[in-house]
Amino acid sequence: MSGSAVAAHGAVARAGQDPAVPLLSVENLTKHFAVKGGWLNRSGGLVQAVDDVSFNVRSGETLGVVGESGCGKSTTARLIMHLIARDSGRISFAGRLVGAPHGLSRRDLHRQMQMVFQDSYASLNPRLPVATSIAFAPFIHGLGKAAALKRAMQLLEAVGLDPLQFANRYPHELSGGQRQRINIARALALEPRLVILDEAVSALDKSIEAQVLNLLVDLKAHFDLTYIFISHDLNVVRYISDRVMVMYLGKVVEIGPVHRIYRSPQHPYTQALLSAMPSMDPRRRTLRAPLSGDPPNPISPPSGCRFRTRCPFAEQVCEAVPPSLLAVAKSGAVACHMRVAGSGHSRADKAVAH
Amino acid sequence: MSKEPVVTVEHLSVRFVGRDASVAAVNDVSFGVDAGKVLAILGESGSGKSVTLRALLRLLPPRTRVEGRIRVAGHDMTRLDEAGLRMVRGSKVAMIFQEPMSALDPVFSIGVQIAETIVRHEGVSYHVANRRALELLDMVQIPSAARRLKSYPHELSGGMRQRAMIALALSCRPQLLLADEPTTALDVTVQIQIILLLRQLQQNLDMAVVFVTHDVGVAAEVADQIAVMYAGRFVELGPAEAVIGSPAHPYTAALLTSTVVGSAFGKRLEAIPGMPPDLRALPVGCSFQPRCRFAEDRCRSAVPPEFAYAGAHMTRCLRVAAGEVALPGPNLGERSEVPTFPSHFGEDP
Repeated sequence: MSGSAVAAHGAVARAGQDPAVPLLSVENLTKHFAVKGGWLNRSGGLVQAVDDVSFNVRSGETLGVVGESGCGKSTTARLIMHLIARDSGRISFAGRLVGAPHGLSRRDLHRQMQMVFQDSYASLNPRLPVATSIAFAPFIHGLGKAAALKRAMQLLEAVGLDPLQFANRYPHELSGGQRQRINIARALALEPRLVILDEAVSALDKSIEAQVLNLLVDLKAHFDLTYIFISHDLNVVRYISDRVMVMYLGKVVEIGPVHRIYRSPQHPYTQALLSAMPSMDPRRRTLRAPLSGDPPNPISPPSGCRFRTRCPFAEQVCEAVPPSLLAVAKSGAVACHMRVAGSGHSRADKAVAH
Repeated sequence: MSKEPVVTVEHLSVRFVGRDASVAAVNDVSFGVDAGKVLAILGESGSGKSVTLRALLRLLPPRTRVEGRIRVAGHDMTRLDEAGLRMVRGSKVAMIFQEPMSALDPVFSIGVQIAETIVRHEGVSYHVANRRALELLDMVQIPSAARRLKSYPHELSGGMRQRAMIALALSCRPQLLLADEPTTALDVTVQIQIILLLRQLQQNLDMAVVFVTHDVGVAAEVADQIAVMYAGRFVELGPAEAVIGSPAHPYTAALLTSTVVGSAFGKRLEAIPGMPPDLRALPVGCSFQPRCRFAEDRCRSAVPPEFAYAGAHMTRCLRVAAGEVALPGPNLGERSEVPTFPSHFGEDP
């Protein structure tokens, strides 16, 4: 395949885009990991890392994903990228099912969707000059060697690194911020439409983090990108996202527009998460911790609503029935019995909605 | 004795000497912390904040040159021999770390580790020490403490492990607690619990605390005083409200505006250009000068001394001290809109 073919492929896919079809659609995605242990490694239980997760990503938006460690946000990203195999669920990209006969192949998917990881050093080949690392994927996907290197040079320029100065350096010769710029350039080398940023700025110092966030905003506009931005930093997610998805123990508990989530969170966990943020203002310090204890072990999550063991509003219905993610009046969706009329929770509206 | 600060540091410099180069990790740092007060040292990676903390306990590798005076709880730490250091460490001064899993011994239960420390330092019987260990676990709010005494570190969750390490640190009622990013590895809902616990214990026990962090929010939550460290120097030191509300050094101001808070949303972040200097070859003059938008020729000629500024504040910026530049304060803005938890469901605004 020649270079022009690579470019033409992207152009065709972009032109055929129906605005009503979400760029990425995830339905009932599930992944349970078996835990080794017990008698002769037979019964260790299952980590329910991602359990029945569904969401859409619209073309051109940034979807922020937040949650504490073990909530399944990184596993979700890896499942979407097909870095690990899912147990069940359907993933479609631009209306085409991934991995199905007549659907999108994994190879095609990776041309459309790329990922940037937290550890900037571990995600680069230490034995390749950074320009070669960036050029590698276009070369594998059929671009000529010279053309691939030329693209690498253009991308170095685009991420704010002087190609003459940086092209032949090795990863260990760069600072953390510079390496993360290289990783971003590498992710953009196939001209993807969707980039998954998994804690991509979390390891950087604050002054460098701001530089990289500005770069991400610029690149998004310049290359017409869509982002899935995964982070534990609620301030950064608020800054960069259009919509936010909140996860807890492998489940989506709430999803909605960023302003609605931060101003009027509907799920008690989202509320707790937001009020646990340090205050930044010494005159208005936090006086009470919103939750006690740590998140429970995902190996045997609580029955019903997984948050009920830490939720101050938990009632019998929360133990018995897992809440489903339902649309709320204000926009977005929430999985909480208190938000469903007639659910049996004392704080829910008694009347059943029509 | 009651008037003397628990810890006094004067002109502390730490240099790691190697074959090819020497690294100036800490340069001319001075501060004091009174009993019952918290000093937060705020800085980015490589700014020398952890090295400063370790120098207070002389926990530095052998090829290190330490200059200056360090007095901790009445002891001159630079003069003490190994036996003297062993006596001070743990009983007068204790330290907690970022990663409790590597700070606790994996092969002993936490009860044994706490009791051993008490027996070593106070010469009491294990029976007495075990009882104290139980009280300590209660004090750090570990549920079902009696059962937890027998737990091994790997059996505890991250937050519980951090509480166990705090209990261990407090086992001999230290006058000074050194905390090296103790909440950084924790989830946000657990982090706030540990911050509140440390704040409460520090007040109840009237301890002096030196708290190292890279997170402005954590510093704002715990500190009475904040020291901002850059390239091994304290560039600013002052009361927490003053440092965050009206910063007196361009680096602090830039750090606050490049941190995403309040009403920064939707605007472009004011990132600090460039990156921190190489500690093997510090720039001439002010070390922040190559990245500073207010820098002038005299900033490049000599290291700025410590200037008193607006009362209790210290700054190492010539131009701020001379009243030549007005630094922007941060936009703390929008926190009040976040509903306090638990809020009342059912009544939608």
